[in-house]
Amino acid sequence: MEQHVEIARSRRVSPWSRRWTTLTGHWATFRTTRRGMVGLAILTFFVALAIASPLLVSPDDLDPALASLPPHMPPSTQAWLGTDNFGRSVLDLLIAGARVSLLVGITAALGAMLIGAFVGISAGYFGGTKLDTFLNAFTNWFLVIPWLALAIALAAILGASLVNVIIVIAITSWASTARLVRAQALSVRERPYIERSRALGGSHWHTVTRHVLPNVFPVLFANTILMVALAILSETTLAILGLSSRTSTSWGTIIEDAFTGGAMTAGWWWWLIPPGVCIVFVTLAFTMVGFAFDEILSPRLRER
Amino acid sequence: MGSRRYLLSKCLQAVVTLWFVLTFNFFLFRVLPGDPIGLLARSEHFTPEDVARLRHDQGLDLPMAEQYVVYLKDIATGNLGESLRTGIPVNELIGSRMRPTVLLVGLGTILASWLGVLIGIRGGWRRGSRFDTTSQYSSLVLYAMPEGWLGMLLLLFFSGWLHWFPAGGYASADETGVAYLVDLLDHLFLPLLTLTLGYIGGYAIVMRSSMIDTINEDFVHTARAKGVPDRLVRRKHVVPNAFLPSFTLIILSFGFVLGGAIVIETVYSWPGLGLLTYNAINTKDYPVIQGVFLIASAAVILANLVADITYGYLDPRIKQA
Repeated sequence: MEQHVEIARSRRVSPWSRRWTTLTGHWATFRTTRRGMVGLAILTFFVALAIASPLLVSPDDLDPALASLPPHMPPSTQAWLGTDNFGRSVLDLLIAGARVSLLVGITAALGAMLIGAFVGISAGYFGGTKLDTFLNAFTNWFLVIPWLALAIALAAILGASLVNVIIVIAITSWASTARLVRAQALSVRERPYIERSRALGGSHWHTVTRHVLPNVFPVLFANTILMVALAILSETTLAILGLSSRTSTSWGTIIEDAFTGGAMTAGWWWWLIPPGVCIVFVTLAFTMVGFAFDEILSPRLRER
Repeated sequence: MGSRRYLLSKCLQAVVTLWFVLTFNFFLFRVLPGDPIGLLARSEHFTPEDVARLRHDQGLDLPMAEQYVVYLKDIATGNLGESLRTGIPVNELIGSRMRPTVLLVGLGTILASWLGVLIGIRGGWRRGSRFDTTSQYSSLVLYAMPEGWLGMLLLLFFSGWLHWFPAGGYASADETGVAYLVDLLDHLFLPLLTLTLGYIGGYAIVMRSSMIDTINEDFVHTARAKGVPDRLVRRKHVVPNAFLPSFTLIILSFGFVLGGAIVIETVYSWPGLGLLTYNAINTKDYPVIQGVFLIASAAVILANLVADITYGYLDPRIKQA
């Protein structure tokens, strides 16, 4: 009797508790991957730094007019990582930059994810129709165009600001996500539960949001994490070319300042090296976490 | 699908993509926030007369449809407009900057793909070996480095501290013969190193993973079962088949030759298309930016076409699909 009740109950588990079980299962697997955990530890550090940055650095610390230390000062007890051309502490700039760089990276990746998921699911779910052909051509076109040339053209037109950098990166990087999601949606579409959902009178919207999306989501999730790494690198590239924000400090703009300030020939390593090292760590961390999730969530890789 | 039709459909695809680029470029610089002149007028104090005159010069006062026809005609005859700053025709500007870029990125692509493929072969063949893990981690770290920053780092070490190489620029035009060549190599070394390091990982990763895929194919087991020596299995059976994806990647990267080194050229003041673009960004010289965008895209489309066609011949299965 006891057992019978148990079974009856387990049949009625809500989709949410089922998803929760899957999620905790994935998390348990993730915890066993060394790469993933190292990446996560690095990320936790930088995210905490980014969140706490307003407490650690005030806007006055970043104001060139209020800088009190001598310019181009090597690391010392006054400024652990020396100062820039205005006499601002490079460490302060780094802490403030963590917030901006992560913000740009994450929002741009989320933007690319939204566009990519929308286009990819629409194309895949309606695979073989005219809509699919059109969306596929559209996606392929964006895949072919050299992203940096397109980004430069877009950024030059839109103007250099933080929001525009995010828009430009999202527009130039959604296409690979769309292709991935389309392939996944195409395979999900063939599964019996989709036909069942349609046969029971579920609308396209219902079928897509309740059945296709949850099954595409794991792939999308891992891809988005990898995309953050790319977005941070893209922001750096745009910043070096002078196309990022002029008013807020990101790791990319610190590098740009060091570059235009001639840090390489003058040997001001403390100005040039730290922002790049931060970028390498964060990009590596996102990549490691992304790969770890990719291995857990995509069956093809798991078998290998 | 016959090979004639395959060829034709690929060419048609390339033409359509190119037309898309042209149209996109047309609207990008006319429909978004304002036309180039409007953008310039916003940042610099132009009188309304200046704006009207410039607009007329650029043909921006014509109806949109007419502008579009004029634009397509211009492009077809190789006219990409004139620089807003110097008045020099954009196609001449691009032409004069082509050589340094092709030299740098062409050599860089050859070096990076050659070394990357070798690393990938070795790592994929002995998966999990020390060589494999080391090269995997190095690829990962190189991938995570912004290439511009890597360039600055090398510049700091080799030029700023050690003074082994010049801080950028191109060979001096006063030199001739061997002296010119030496001067050129002196200036070329660091940008080439940066480019090679930046791209090597991608080739290594692709080659490695296709090696791993191919090793488990039936014909490899057959070759081993026949008693073919390990070395020959690798050289004759695995590598030629595993090389296909890398081959496509290499052909495709040649498409990025023109637009590929914008950041590195900027860092090393290498006077190619990239530096031209950087200067155009800073002076808001929109016709030049447009021109570079068009040329870079056209190169990639062409490379894609070449890759599709050669791939069709190398792997006949593709044509059937």
